[in-house]
Amino acid sequence: MNGPTVLSARRPLAVNPWLVAWAVALGLVVVVSLIGKDTLPWAFKFPRQWVIPLSVWISDFTKWLLNDFDLGLFTFKELTRSIAWVIEQPYWLVRSLLSTGFLQGRGSDAVLVFPRLSWVAVIFIITMMGYYAKDWKLALLVGVCFLYLAVFGQWDSAMATLSSIIIAVPFGVMGGLLLGIAGFRSPRLELIIRPILDLMQTVPVFAYLVPILILFGFGPVSAMIATIIYALPPMVRITMLGLRQVPSEITEFGSMAGCSPLQLLWKVQIPAAKTTLMVGVNQVVMMSLNMVIIASMIGAGGLGFDVLSALRRLKIGEGVEAGFAITLLAIALDRLSQAYAHRPPPMHGAARQGFIRRNPNLVLAVFIIAVTWMVGTVMTSMQTFPEAWQITTGAFWGDLVRAININYFDQLDSFKNFLLLNLMIPFKRFLLGLPWVTVVGLVGLAGWQLGGWRLSLLTGSLALFIAIVGLWPKSMVTVYLCGISVLIACLIGIPIGVAASRNDRLHRIVQAIIDTLQTLPSFVYLMPVVMLFRVGDFSAMLAVIAYALVPAIRYTDHGLRQVPAHLIEAARATGCTRRQILWKVQMPLALPEIMLGVNQTIMMALSMLVITALVGTRDLGQEVYIALTKADTGRGLVAGVCVAFIAIISDRLISAWSNRRKAELGLE
Amino acid sequence: MQERRPDRKLFSRRFRLIRSRQRSPMSSQSEKLVCNNVWKIFGENPKSVLARHNHAPSAGQLAQEGYIGAVRDVSLSVKEGEIFIIMGLSGCGKSTLVRCMSRLIEPSAGEILFNGQDLLKTGEKELIDIRRHKMGMVFQHFALLPHLNVMGNVAFPLEIQGVNRQTREARAAEVIELVGLVGRENYYPRELSGGQQQRVGIARSLAVEPEIWFLDEPFSALDPLIRREMQDEFLRLQSVLHKTIVFITHDFDEAIRLADRIAIMNGGEIIQTGTPEELVLNPATEYVSEFTRGIPRAKVLSASAIMVPVSGDAVSGQVAMATKIDDLAADMVSANAPRAVINNDGAVVGEITRDAVLAVLVEKEGQP
Repeated sequence: MNGPTVLSARRPLAVNPWLVAWAVALGLVVVVSLIGKDTLPWAFKFPRQWVIPLSVWISDFTKWLLNDFDLGLFTFKELTRSIAWVIEQPYWLVRSLLSTGFLQGRGSDAVLVFPRLSWVAVIFIITMMGYYAKDWKLALLVGVCFLYLAVFGQWDSAMATLSSIIIAVPFGVMGGLLLGIAGFRSPRLELIIRPILDLMQTVPVFAYLVPILILFGFGPVSAMIATIIYALPPMVRITMLGLRQVPSEITEFGSMAGCSPLQLLWKVQIPAAKTTLMVGVNQVVMMSLNMVIIASMIGAGGLGFDVLSALRRLKIGEGVEAGFAITLLAIALDRLSQAYAHRPPPMHGAARQGFIRRNPNLVLAVFIIAVTWMVGTVMTSMQTFPEAWQITTGAFWGDLVRAININYFDQLDSFKNFLLLNLMIPFKRFLLGLPWVTVVGLVGLAGWQLGGWRLSLLTGSLALFIAIVGLWPKSMVTVYLCGISVLIACLIGIPIGVAASRNDRLHRIVQAIIDTLQTLPSFVYLMPVVMLFRVGDFSAMLAVIAYALVPAIRYTDHGLRQVPAHLIEAARATGCTRRQILWKVQMPLALPEIMLGVNQTIMMALSMLVITALVGTRDLGQEVYIALTKADTGRGLVAGVCVAFIAIISDRLISAWSNRRKAELGLE
Repeated sequence: MQERRPDRKLFSRRFRLIRSRQRSPMSSQSEKLVCNNVWKIFGENPKSVLARHNHAPSAGQLAQEGYIGAVRDVSLSVKEGEIFIIMGLSGCGKSTLVRCMSRLIEPSAGEILFNGQDLLKTGEKELIDIRRHKMGMVFQHFALLPHLNVMGNVAFPLEIQGVNRQTREARAAEVIELVGLVGRENYYPRELSGGQQQRVGIARSLAVEPEIWFLDEPFSALDPLIRREMQDEFLRLQSVLHKTIVFITHDFDEAIRLADRIAIMNGGEIIQTGTPEELVLNPATEYVSEFTRGIPRAKVLSASAIMVPVSGDAVSGQVAMATKIDDLAADMVSANAPRAVINNDGAVVGEITRDAVLAVLVEKEGQP
C-alpha cells in the first residue's frame, strides 16, 4: 500500500513547463482557427480601420522635405543635388576614361576630344595587376575574363559598370572606415551604429532605391549613392573588428612612444589591422558589383541594364551573354581584390633608387597606354575591338532554350505543377489561413523561451508592426516563399555539407564551386529559371534556392569540421562506427553552427526574394518593386522595413537558440 | 644569424665593478620614480568602493562586491640608475602595476611621482611629452609594427616626435649597432627570430634616450638559451647606459641574476622589497622563502654577509665587501688564513674564514 505513494512523492511528474506552454498555445491557435472565423473576424483579417497609414505619412514627409524644407542658406533639394554633383565629377572622369572618351558638346553633336583607354591597354593593365597581386595564373585568369568582354561585345557596358565600381568602392571603403573608427573609439556610438547596420543589411535594396531616386534624381549618381550605402555596412563592421583585434601591446607601444590619438590611429592601429581591413575592401568590391547591377533600374546603365532589358523582352541569348559578362567580371574582381588582401607582407631588399626603379609597374602601364593610344590613332582595331572580330553565341542560347522547351516542356511543366499543387499552394493556404493574432503570440512565446521577456517583446512587437501597417497577407506570402525555399535549400545543402566534411577532395571541389556561386550578383540567378520555367512563384523559388544554398553548405561543412579532433578520437576508441560518430558526436556539437548557417540561408533567401519580384511574385517584394516603379517612398520603405523585420525576428530567435546551445555545450 | 657579440666576460667583469660602486650608498641616490599607495581596482565604480571601505578594502571585501583588486596599496621607490625588478606569478598584478607607472592604465587611487612630479595630475599633452622623451618600454611579445622594417620600427618613436628622416635614421642606426643588429636594417619583423625581434624592441625603446626604462617580461617569450643570452646582453647594455630600470618578470632566477633590488608581488600587493641578498637572508613570509629555497646561496650572498669582526690573526689577502661567495670560493678553499674584507674606501671592515665559505657552498642548515 505504501509503495506507490512513496514513489510518487519521491518522483513528482517532471514536465517541462515550456512543453505545457507550447501545448496550451498551440491548442489556443487550433481553437481560434476553428471557431473564430465568425466570432472573432478581426483576428483573421486585420481590420482596415485599425491600419496606421504610415506609408502615406512617410510619402508626405518626403514631399515636404523635397519641396518646402529650407535650411536657411539653401534648400534641402539643393543640398542633395550638390552631394550628387560632388560624386558625379570623379564618376564622369572615370567613365570618360574607360567608356565614353572625353567629349565636347552634347548628344549627337558631341566631338571626341580625347579617346577612351583602348581595350588592349585595359586588358594589359588588369593582367599586370593580377601578376603584381599574386602570380601569372591570376594574371591569365583576369586577362581572359576581360578578353571575353571584348570578344563577346560586352565591352562598352562592362566598362560603364566598372567605372561605377571604381568610384563607389573608394567612397564605400573610406565611409565605412571612418564610421568603423568612430564606433571603435566610442562604445556609445557603437550602440547606435550596430542596430542601424542590422537594419541596413536586412532592408531589401529596392526599398532604399526609392527615397534615393526621389532625393537624387534618376541616373548613374543615384545608383552610385545606393551602391555606396549598400556596400558600407560590412566595411564598418570589419573596421571595428579589425581595430579591436590589434594586439593590446601594439597599442600600448604606440601610447608609450608618445603618439597623439590621431597618430596612434593612423600610424599604429590601422597599419596593424591592415590585413583584416583588406578583407573588408574585398567585400565592398563584391557588394558594389552586386548593387551596381541591381541599380541599373534607377539608371546605372551597364551590364545590369542589358540583363534587365533582355529579361523584359525575353531575349534569352542576349541575356545569357550579359549574364556571363557579369559573372566573369565578378570572378575577376573578386580574385583580384582577394589576392591584394592576402598579398604577403613585404620582404627586405635594398631600397631602390629613382622613380622608375621604385615604380616599374606604374611606368610600364603609362608606357603601354601611350603606345596603344598612338598606334590606335592610325589603327582603329587597337582602339576599339572591331565588330567583325566579335563573336556572339546569343542565337545558340536562344535555340537551346527553345529546343528544351519544345522537347521537354511536358516534363518540366508536370514537375512544376506537381510541386506547386502538392507543396507550395497548400503551405501558402495554411499560412494565409492562420489568424494574425495567434502568429504574433507564438512569435512572442518563442522569444520568451529563447531569450526572456526582452526578446519576447522585440519579436512580438515587430510582428505586430507588420499587422498594424496593413501588410499581413503579403508578409505571409513572403514567409511562405522564403520558408519553402529555405527548407528545400537546407534539404539539399546540409547533406552536401555533410559529405564535404567527410571527404577532403569533395570538400575542395565544393569550396571552389560555392566560392564562385557567392561572387555572382543575385541578378544572374534569374536568367536560367526564367528561361526554363517562365515567371511565377515556382521560378522565384528556384532562384531563391540557388542563391541561398551556399551558407547551408558552408556552415554545415565548417561546423562538422571544427568538432575537436580529440572527441572524435575518443569516440573511435570507444568503438563507434563512422555513422555513429556523425550522428552521436559530430552532429550534436555542430548543430549550433549549422543553425547559424540556416539563419544565413534565411537572410540570403529574403534578400533574393525581393529581387524575384521581377519575375512576378505577389509578396512584400512585389510591393517594394511597385513602389519603385511608382516612386512611392512611403510604400516602398514600409514594405521594405517589414521584410527587414521578418529577417530580424528569425535572426534573433535562431541566434538566441544557437548561442544558448553553444554555451550549454561549452563551445564558447 | 651572425650577431656581433662583444666579449661577454670582459663586460660582466666591468659590470660587477659598476654595480658594486652603485649599490653601496643607497640613500644618497635620488629617487626617480615613487609610487605612494597606488590602487587599481577593476569594476563598475572603484572610487566608491575605496571610499566605502576607508580607502583600504581587503581582497575579500573587494571580491565580495564583485571587484578585482589588481594593484592594492602599492608603495615603492625606484632610485636613479638601479635595476628594480618586480617579481610575481601570473595574475599577481605586476603588469598592471607597471602600466599604472606610465599611466597606460589609469590607477584608481594613489600617487605616481616621476622626478617629483605627480603623473596622475599631469595633463594629456604633458604626459605625451614625457612619454616621448623620458620613457621607454619593452614588451613581452615585442609589439613590433609589422608594416615597418627594423629601421622604420626603431626610428618610429622619433618619427612620432616629428624628427626629420636623416636625423632619426642616424640615431636609429646608432642604437641598432648597440644591440648588434647591423646589417638587418631592411628586414621586416616576421623575417627575424624571437631574440632578434626583442633586440629591435630594445633598440626602439632606447632610441629616444629615455630616463626610465620599463621592461615588461622582455625575455619570457624566448626559449631558455636565447633568454640567457639576452640577459647577458641586457647587463652589458646597462653597464654602458646606466638607465633607471623597472623590470617585470615571473622568473625568480632571472630576478636574482639581474636585480639591484626586487619587489615580490602577490595578489596585487607587494610582499617584500629588498636586494637579492636581503630576500635570501631574511624572507619576510613563507611565500618569499618558497622562491628563495632553490637559489644557490653562493651566487647571492656577498662577502659582507658572512664576515666576522677582525680577529687580529694573519690574513691571506683582501676581498671587496660586495664580492659574491661564488666568485671568491675557488681561491678560499685552498687558503689557510682568513681574508680581510674591505669597503669601497679600502678600509678593513671584517674578515671571512674558509669554513664560513664552505658552509655557504654546501648550503649547510643554520647558516645564513
